Amino acid sequence: MAKNCHNDYKMKFSGDEEFPDLSLHNNHMAKVLTKDIYNKLRGKSTPSGFTVDDIIQTGVDNPGHPFIMTVGCVAGDEESYEVFKDLLDPIISDRHSGYKPTDKHRTDLNFENLKGGDDLDPAYVLSSRVRTGRSIKGFTLPPHNSRGERRTIEKLSIEALATLSGEFKGKYYPLNGMTDKEQDQLINDHFLFDKPVSTLLTCAGMARDWPDARGIWHNDAKTFLVWVNEEDHLRVISMQQGGNMKEVFKRFCTGLLKIEETFKKHNHGFMWNEHLGYVLTCPSNLGTGLRGGVHVKLPKLSTHAKFGEILTRLRLQKRGTGGVDTASVGGVFDISNADRLGSSEVDQVQMVVDGVKLMVAMEKKLEKSESIDDMIPAQK
Amino acid sequence: MPFGNTHNEMKLKYASAKEYPDLSKHNNHMAKIITPAIYELLRKRQTPSGFTLDDVIQTGIDNPGHPFIMTVGCVAGDEETYEVFKELLDPVIQDRHGGYKPTDKHKTDLDPAHLKGGDDLDPNYVLSSRVRTGRSVRGFCLPPHCSRGERRAVETLSIEALDTLSGDLKGTYYALKNMSDAEQQQLIDDHFLFDKPVSPLLLASGMARDWPDGRGIWHNVNKTFLVWVNEEDHLRVISMQQGGNMKEVFNRFCTGLTKIEKLFKERKHEFMWNEHLGYVLTCPSNLGTGLRAGVHVKLPNVSKNAKFEEILKKLRLQKRGTGGVDTAAVGGTFDISNADRLGFSEVELVQMVVDGVKLLVEMEKKLEKGQPIDAMIPAQK
Repeated sequence: MAKNCHNDYKMKFSGDEEFPDLSLHNNHMAKVLTKDIYNKLRGKSTPSGFTVDDIIQTGVDNPGHPFIMTVGCVAGDEESYEVFKDLLDPIISDRHSGYKPTDKHRTDLNFENLKGGDDLDPAYVLSSRVRTGRSIKGFTLPPHNSRGERRTIEKLSIEALATLSGEFKGKYYPLNGMTDKEQDQLINDHFLFDKPVSTLLTCAGMARDWPDARGIWHNDAKTFLVWVNEEDHLRVISMQQGGNMKEVFKRFCTGLLKIEETFKKHNHGFMWNEHLGYVLTCPSNLGTGLRGGVHVKLPKLSTHAKFGEILTRLRLQKRGTGGVDTASVGGVFDISNADRLGSSEVDQVQMVVDGVKLMVAMEKKLEKSESIDDMIPAQK
Repeated sequence: MPFGNTHNEMKLKYASAKEYPDLSKHNNHMAKIITPAIYELLRKRQTPSGFTLDDVIQTGIDNPGHPFIMTVGCVAGDEETYEVFKELLDPVIQDRHGGYKPTDKHKTDLDPAHLKGGDDLDPNYVLSSRVRTGRSVRGFCLPPHCSRGERRAVETLSIEALDTLSGDLKGTYYALKNMSDAEQQQLIDDHFLFDKPVSPLLLASGMARDWPDGRGIWHNVNKTFLVWVNEEDHLRVISMQQGGNMKEVFNRFCTGLTKIEKLFKERKHEFMWNEHLGYVLTCPSNLGTGLRAGVHVKLPNVSKNAKFEEILKKLRLQKRGTGGVDTAAVGGTFDISNADRLGFSEVELVQMVVDGVKLLVEMEKKLEKGQPIDAMIPAQK
């Protein structure tokens, strides 16, 4: 058990003296954390030395976000979710619609179970994308890991990705050592991820040692992409222009399962358990870690009084086309599943496919100045 | 501390070479000094409060270099850091502080009567004068490492100590988190308010954690004596005023500082100090006196002279822009201050500023009249 000297040293101060000031805060952690919970957990440490102050630091340093309700805490390793369950279970429940500590999560990466999804109208649906994250068992997570761990993850990832073939054959571009030409190309493709500037990430320590052991892998066709060592060990992305979500999801599942096979062979499978599904750095990404979405033109529907309500009923969320921290531009929205935990990958992509189909139909009605009142769906 | 270094023992299962940082693009004191051998020796250690080698160097890894200044690239997390990691920090200190040896002794002199002159710098050229230093409170970890409980305890002690000041030093404490809009605006107008650090040099070492908890600004009624609590150091003490009367500024500085120190001693929390390193501060560049004494001075002609840099070097002075360490000069007005911190006393450093600025102003006047300054170039101090 790693000795966490500073945590022991801090124990000479009382819980009250160390309790953070959350009076101006609005995030899940600030809503859930009490002095009692803090007192109970402050003496603990995971085997690798992650403590409750490590978990909550990002939420203490980032009181609130203008567009989204942030989580305000991160995991430093797989054991964080167990050792600090008194804090994380209520946060998970709050964030994931009442998910209980006794609930079980179902994983379904069989793309054949998706119905339809190959016929979203490309006059409205500009692009389709599915992403998820994966953590590699036996290593600590990005807020906590050392350079040695990160480099080993990179090495294993490169090996795994090098075995992909056919439509998946591709190349790895380490951030450290990228030529200007490669960098420009990746920027033009909208693939390049930059050093995190979001304080949500930097306050949790995820930008340490940048750009050491970070990189981007993509296939020749640029439809399958893997980020190594950004916010999670791996982020896996399948994307293409137009509305054929079925094809995107098929490629996603196929590629992901192939990668997982290689990691398992090296005795480093992905972190997963039957309660939380795939274990990721941010509690908001537990379960499937999946965000399946489209960029879709909804200029009329988005200004309709019931737009927010429709999204809620469809279990979808809207974002700007620049990603999580942005606002929409010109009536084009990023529409994706709101849920991550408690429903499977197939369930979530199905909701996107069905929901977007309905919203495009609504948009067409509104274009003809027809009413959409009888199209408003029931709560899913 | 959420910066991944609480699991030092677990990291030891990786070979040193696997953990060694990539410093190929780096230009700071730490990157110049550290070697795989030093890293291997020190990676097993930690201070009693748990500060490790990776904690010391993280800021230098994350910040490869700075356009205007040679950065240090490492910080201390507590008083013991300078002892436990001496194999790295002694050479860094030596490199930064003009060859200062591990066996050298540092002299402290805060008697303002020892300063000669300094009350007659020409106010047509010298716009303002300022002296600052830092102090660390013994028994607490430093800003990169301290907990909320420690930071708040430092704040409480500081408020108690400052409340006892009287006469022209009597003042008020403004906690950053309780500040009203009106108070905030006033402090901004006075150029007193320090904001949440944005410099990546500070952010990468964890000094902005829990902002603005436990942080505040104290100043006297006349706004000539100012104390920052829990920014880059536990305390930063500043004496300043318009014009060129550095003697008065230094007098107030020494008087106030000595009074504050007395109060901390009475509460059994004296300042961190030892006879080798003088005052112990977060950044190795501030060891010794921690003192930067400077003026804002108009030198449009001298600053364009080919020998400007050489003159500054000989006078043991450095130039900065008027916005502070990270800025460039505007309109021929420079911030001129002492370059040294360690190995010279406070009086000696302020004397160098007073004498050096006096000479620079005379040179400026000569150049205004189209006269040469070659005969005035000083010898190396």
